[in-house]
Amino acid sequence: MSTETTTAVEPKRESLFSKKNRKLLTDPLDDSNPITVQVLGICSALAITVQVQQAVIMSLAVLFVMIGGNVIVSMMRNIIPDRIRIIVQLVVIASLVIIVDEVLKAYSPDISEKLSVFVGLIITNCIIMGRLEAFALGNKPGPAMLDAVGNAMGYAWILLAVALVREVFGSGAISFPGVGQVKFLPEGWFMANGGFYENNNLMILPPMALITVGIIIWIQRSRNRSLIEEN
Amino acid sequence: MEYLSLFVKGIFVENMIFAYFLGMCSYLAVSKTVKTAVGLGFAVIFVLGITVPINYLLENFVLKEGALTWLSPEYATVDLSFLSYIMFIAVIASMVQLVEMIVEKFAPALYGALGIFLPLIAVNCSILGGALFMQERQYPSIGEATIFGLGSGVGWLLAIVAIAAIREKIRYSNIPAPLKGLGITFILTGLMGMAFMAFMGIEI
Repeated sequence: MSTETTTAVEPKRESLFSKKNRKLLTDPLDDSNPITVQVLGICSALAITVQVQQAVIMSLAVLFVMIGGNVIVSMMRNIIPDRIRIIVQLVVIASLVIIVDEVLKAYSPDISEKLSVFVGLIITNCIIMGRLEAFALGNKPGPAMLDAVGNAMGYAWILLAVALVREVFGSGAISFPGVGQVKFLPEGWFMANGGFYENNNLMILPPMALITVGIIIWIQRSRNRSLIEEN
Repeated sequence: MEYLSLFVKGIFVENMIFAYFLGMCSYLAVSKTVKTAVGLGFAVIFVLGITVPINYLLENFVLKEGALTWLSPEYATVDLSFLSYIMFIAVIASMVQLVEMIVEKFAPALYGALGIFLPLIAVNCSILGGALFMQERQYPSIGEATIFGLGSGVGWLLAIVAIAAIREKIRYSNIPAPLKGLGITFILTGLMGMAFMAFMGIEI
């Protein structure tokens, strides 16, 4: 990110937080955002953004699987035969996803019920495969971990932004685990109680997820014009 | 009749793209021209039509609780369903590899058309999604599972060909620069999704 240029003196031996490595963390937030620029991991980003709570759980799951997958594949990068690397990567990812799924089922069965098949679909979430192919296979575990964290964060902020818009306009409230629903408007304002305000139910339906992401892309690209496509 | 209803439901009512957003990555990446979109679409139908029934057999004779009773009645309490992700993805990855080799050997013309898309499909979420939905919905027979797979594939083809045709035309339109490419494709897909919602709740 151009705005985050620092004047730190670069040490001779590359430390874990050198300028280059810091770029690995910050780039995916904007310039090479996995969702809006690299077009990876769209499926889950759209399907589970009805509620902020689900989006947070999904982001944490992806963060865990990405760090695990990137570090493991990066450690094995010299012994994986090139021809079968996709299957090896899928097996590593699938094992991590099974861990996530079992933990979710054990500790929050209702969330696991709501996410339904989308926990399993983390396996084919292209953001994970994409980063393994593009980064972990050619780099040491340290930078691979930073790359995983950066990309998972870039994924997470888009997910949270979409979920926030959809939940606030779609249900007029945000539900937190343990706290329950937090409403923003007084009860009397709602149509059902004789008021004037009605929740926009369209926001909860699938098409608005796509349009919300489209608008986020629009805003991001008009602020960062280097990302604009030719046609 | 039930089969027909399942097939139509898979194409329109429960469209993989517009209702569940599955396979969005390749949908967005490979929809620049109609020709490549058609190629990928047929490859998806093909692979879904093969992997869903295989995974159905796997689910019902290996993974489900009590599925192993055909081996010996004492396995009635064994529940291997926690292994389903890894089994399904292994089946899909190896089937894709196998299909690629068979097509290359016996139908070089088809391989020329589908070849480059086949490896992409192993990580297309709609394939694993098809297997997982099959598991969740518990179809009563392998026939219905196959029809569900084929129907979802046709729905996916329909969606990608439609968006590719629109993108070919929209290239000449005057769109705000930051929306060009990806942005407008998202919004168009959203609008098409709204149109497809009109099919919701239709019972055939």
